[in-house]
Amino acid sequence: MNLSKDLMAASSTPLVLGVIAEGETYGYEIVKRVEELSGGELQWTDGMLYPLLHRLEKQGFLISRWHVGDSNRKRKYYAITEEGRKTLCEQQQQWQIINQALNKIWRDMQRSDNNDVQFA
Amino acid sequence: MMSSSPNHFDLEQSIAQWRQFVLRRSAILNDDADELESHLRDQIDALLTQGLHADEAFLIATKRIGNIEAVSQQFAEVHTGRLWRNLVLSQPHSNWLNDVLVALCFAIAAALLFQIPRLFGFNPEQHEWVYARNISLFCLPLLAGYWVVQRQLGTRAWWLILGTVALFAVTMNAYPWQPISDTGDLAVLHLPIILWFLVGIMYTGNWWQTDARRMDFIRFSGEYAIYFVLIAIGGAVLTAMTIGLFSFIGFDIEIFAQQWLIPSGAMGAVVIVGWLVEAKKGTVENMAPVLARIFTPLFTLLLVSFLAVLLISGRAFDMQREVLIGLDAMLIIVLGLVLYAVSSREPTQAPSLFDTLQLLLVLAALCVDVVALSAMSDRIFAMGITPNRLAALGENLILLVSLSGYVWYYWGLIRANHAGFAKLERWQTRMVPVYVVWAAVVVLLLPILFSFA
Repeated sequence: MNLSKDLMAASSTPLVLGVIAEGETYGYEIVKRVEELSGGELQWTDGMLYPLLHRLEKQGFLISRWHVGDSNRKRKYYAITEEGRKTLCEQQQQWQIINQALNKIWRDMQRSDNNDVQFA
Repeated sequence: MMSSSPNHFDLEQSIAQWRQFVLRRSAILNDDADELESHLRDQIDALLTQGLHADEAFLIATKRIGNIEAVSQQFAEVHTGRLWRNLVLSQPHSNWLNDVLVALCFAIAAALLFQIPRLFGFNPEQHEWVYARNISLFCLPLLAGYWVVQRQLGTRAWWLILGTVALFAVTMNAYPWQPISDTGDLAVLHLPIILWFLVGIMYTGNWWQTDARRMDFIRFSGEYAIYFVLIAIGGAVLTAMTIGLFSFIGFDIEIFAQQWLIPSGAMGAVVIVGWLVEAKKGTVENMAPVLARIFTPLFTLLLVSFLAVLLISGRAFDMQREVLIGLDAMLIIVLGLVLYAVSSREPTQAPSLFDTLQLLLVLAALCVDVVALSAMSDRIFAMGITPNRLAALGENLILLVSLSGYVWYYWGLIRANHAGFAKLERWQTRMVPVYVVWAAVVVLLLPILFSFA
């Protein structure tokens, strides 16, 4: 499914922070993890992840280091900072509010649909 | 199933070419290219293990990275400072000629504007004060206008410029200044600050909305100052040569040069320098950061030794007027130095020795400011308040707040690693309007308060 651009932009920060909060990781792994989490529905343009990572680092939510991993490839690893965790927590609360509100609406809509059928 | 086809695909070479292509964007540095390349290689490896051919894997992997132009634009938004340091402008500069023509038009307009008071019977010889009070109104609004055109800001911007100019033109010319007027001199000194901020609002192109653009304007201002001095020196040499050459063949054009060539040339230069700084910002290593690095240690040394002498000799509290003026001038230069040093710093860099030095400079400046403040309040208590003293007092208080903030955030930066830099940046850009508001108070209210004395 193609998500709208705005929704992608809004959700990318908590997703990236959330994935990195699971443990220090690098760009390619983040993309794979997000794909896995969304059952393959969320497909980013991979390149766009990096400016976002740099922005979050600049804001102090992440710190990075270069590290040669097991496959002998030099990669830039990102870890979350205390401030990053705080932001993630705030974002989580905000998304939960939206999530709850939307869930109620979906439920109400379904109920009224069912009623319509009964009256008919 | 032999895969060695005649047009054998060289994966390494293709990746190298792709990397070259990525690095051509000025917002993408070597490190970023490394990062993108390692991503590309991971992706290719994954596709190869799925059984794809190297050329197919490469194609799909590059496709998934996406449009490099768009990625580089995102990078440029995150790291706005980078465009100033890089070798190539990413956009093909097809509208170069157009820029020059627009700049020339505004420069000529500024040059002509300076001569307009002549139509009303004023000239720089006899009516120095008319020119002194209006000189920044002749040129800076036109530089602001140049940016309105360049950034396509539309009518709202023109009204803002017109309104500001009208307000200050009335203030400067209709206030009943006394013949020898301190408040008048103060207004002349402070008006350029307000007008320069007007230039800044237009320069940012987004009405001073984002920290990144504000920092760009601070960089612009630093380069501007240096370029203006260089061009002024060039202009002085040119004028001297012109006068000299004509005097050889028996023409005395000194009056012409003094009344027309020099002032109108200077007014035009105000606009031209603005264009020049922006046009070359991507091409050469900038001067202001280099100078800031050279002079930060020297100014620190100067301030620290000055403080030491002051304290040892015990003369801190009976400083005379000239000393205080000198101190204030120096504090302003130090503030400028700090502004440029902050704006030229690579944001993600870990704190270095230079940052510690910077903290030391700001601390020393803060101490000098406190000493100056105490001396000044002594003078005010002993001899009463005058326009100059009030203006200086306000300025020193603002410096106290501003410098304290710098100390606080530099300390945070050095202690908490690079996470603190965004806060320092924010503090820096938030303080700029405060300086401007104070300048407006000095220009607009102080004269009324002291009945134009």
